[in-house]
Amino acid sequence: MSRLELTRNPPLVAALKSRYPQLVILVLMLAGYVFAIVAGLIGTPVGSSNFSIVFVWIAWWAVLILAAVPLLGRGWCAVCPIPLPGEWLQRGAVLGPSREKARGWNLRWPRPLRNIWLQSASFLLLALFSSVLLTTPLVTAVVLAGMVIAAIALSLVFERRAFCRYLCPVGGFIGVYSQAAPVELRIKDKPVCVACEGKPCYNGSARGYGCPWDVFPGGLTKNTYCGLCLECIRTCPHDNIAINLRPFAADLEGPSARLDEAFKAFVMLGSAMVYAAVLLGPWGALKDAAFQVGTRAWSIYAIAFLAFITVVLPSVFALCIPPFGRARAFRQRFSRLATALIPLGLMAWVAFSLSFVLNNATYVLAAISDPLSLGWNLLGASNLSWRPMLAFALAPAQTLALVGGVVWSAHITQHAAAEARVSPIPVTVYCLAVAVVLLWLLV
Amino acid sequence: MRRPELHARLLVAVAALAAIGIPLVFWTRTPLIHARLADNGGWSPAVLHAQAGVPLRLRLTSDDVVHGFAVGQMATPGVDILPGKVSEATVTFDKPGTYTFYCTRWCGLSHWRMRGTIEVTGGNEAAVASAAPPLYVSLGLDLDAPHVASVLPSDEPKARLAAAQSSASLAALQSAEYYRAHSPYQTWQDLRRTHALSGLSDRDLWNATASIWRSNTTPDALSQGQRLFSQNCAACHGEKGAGDGVFAGDLAAAGAASTQGMAGTGNMTMQTPANFTDAARMLGASPALLQGKILRGGMGTGMPSWGPIFTQSQVWDLVAYLYTFQFNYH
Repeated sequence: MSRLELTRNPPLVAALKSRYPQLVILVLMLAGYVFAIVAGLIGTPVGSSNFSIVFVWIAWWAVLILAAVPLLGRGWCAVCPIPLPGEWLQRGAVLGPSREKARGWNLRWPRPLRNIWLQSASFLLLALFSSVLLTTPLVTAVVLAGMVIAAIALSLVFERRAFCRYLCPVGGFIGVYSQAAPVELRIKDKPVCVACEGKPCYNGSARGYGCPWDVFPGGLTKNTYCGLCLECIRTCPHDNIAINLRPFAADLEGPSARLDEAFKAFVMLGSAMVYAAVLLGPWGALKDAAFQVGTRAWSIYAIAFLAFITVVLPSVFALCIPPFGRARAFRQRFSRLATALIPLGLMAWVAFSLSFVLNNATYVLAAISDPLSLGWNLLGASNLSWRPMLAFALAPAQTLALVGGVVWSAHITQHAAAEARVSPIPVTVYCLAVAVVLLWLLV
Repeated sequence: MRRPELHARLLVAVAALAAIGIPLVFWTRTPLIHARLADNGGWSPAVLHAQAGVPLRLRLTSDDVVHGFAVGQMATPGVDILPGKVSEATVTFDKPGTYTFYCTRWCGLSHWRMRGTIEVTGGNEAAVASAAPPLYVSLGLDLDAPHVASVLPSDEPKARLAAAQSSASLAALQSAEYYRAHSPYQTWQDLRRTHALSGLSDRDLWNATASIWRSNTTPDALSQGQRLFSQNCAACHGEKGAGDGVFAGDLAAAGAASTQGMAGTGNMTMQTPANFTDAARMLGASPALLQGKILRGGMGTGMPSWGPIFTQSQVWDLVAYLYTFQFNYH
């Protein structure tokens, strides 16, 4: 499959190898992140006017889902400030490797947890409270601060970026969907890696740290767990690391047989459907139930939410898989074919986010004009009245995204079904049915 | 430590501290008055301080729904306070005293509890005259005693149909003092006892009573009363005065759920807003009695005390308007 190696451009390679451009972006992101926490704590409790809600759940979410993930995969992870404080403590340095010994216990992450089950659980945990989280600045601030604190704590106990790799609720789905992105980090020449002594890309050297994501770049075949942190570009003594442009969804041509990744596909697809119903649907009782955390109505909603995502969607999908062979073989077929849900899931989130973001975009200008809700009018837009943006284009764009998602998933299903030696038709029909439900909910 | 590493650490630390420190500095230097639903705290702070003659500049924000801000018994127009936005209001007090500020928007069931006080000092405190007691106090009225008219008109009394022969006999009953101290039913009884009017029917006498009530108000006063009623009363009492405003159902539910009703279900009906279209109640109530109910409020019910809010003139305008639910002045 054709690739365009971006790292043949010497100025680009120099910029990637230097730590300063990334550091400057990280510092800006850290300042924005901390400011969002502070604004959530001291700003107005009115979500639509609070910088933390508007900046995180509208502006950042729009950039992440509509651009960063589809085009750059884990591009956000490359500049995410959450691991910065923990890594500073863990490494004893902000820039390159220092002579100081690594701090903390530096333990290996437990083997049974070396998967993304915990990331699915952490995402579902937040999703259960999403109606409160997305509208209550104080809760958003606490969650943002909690993620940094968790990252720091894990950095002091475990080696590398344990939080990003195994616990971050956002990193999990970015990783799965990054397989669809047209950008990848790969090695140029495998024999070079095989012959390389010391494997500094994984173990670190005076040039840089060993892979913070606990990945050996020489074995990379998918984007899922590469955080694009660029350390391997800095540490590789042979300049054997490339960043390539490639066709969309190249990773999905070889479907994964991992059940945790398959489950993640259901978590994300199901969440998009539930969010579309709760946040954008016309059912007031459903919205109330999702918002009134701790009540009986919320408990029923939570059980229904979890059951739909973890039982209903996978069970119906399982009916699309021929039941021949041993259980292990069935599980592998199930996982491989679930790969087909990744493009549809990504497009479902794009369609949902288009509605969410375009309907609420006016809040962004107002929040930037008065980020602390103190009556400022920095951009002259603090009193901008709410109105949906590009309303005429919303339904066509959502339809296009969902139809495109079905076609894309059908294409991936062909590959997965061929590998699993089953018919692609049932899974294609499943994708089509999900898309129809989403069209009904969104358009 | 190498210099680049030192610079990097400084950069990270300064960015993080600036992102915390700068907002905190602006936040602490910009005091806001927060408006919340009364059940969530109401005004914060609820007590303000000012100097007589010195403009008090206030910056207000709402933490939940649309509220309004106004100071009772002041001509300064109220301002709306939108959720998450900052509104400004400037009030200047001529004389010292304790003033009440209140919410001017129907923000919720406990809207009327959204009150705060402004302690105004300075100026010539010795010159502040003590106000005369309101009429209902002077008259010694029992605001909670039943006031029911035992004779009612068969249809709506019309002021314009007052019989010509009654006009001469009405003069004594048309003074403001008489009007304010007597209920329409008492007036009707006085008219019935007037020998010169003995030939008039009950309906004619009710029309004459309506005429007396009309003569004690003006179109401007009725218009002002209607405005005050719509802004402050209709949420519970209903636009048509029938006690069926948008909050009436919630009030009844709150009454049923409250511990105020421990004495029995009868007490719970106290949460039902008064029905001004109820002829027996209204025709048995004098303007002074209604003034008292407005000023004092309905102790233990949802009826707020409007004494600190309305001026005397506003109360009389409102009282005059309430009788339009019984009398036709057109």
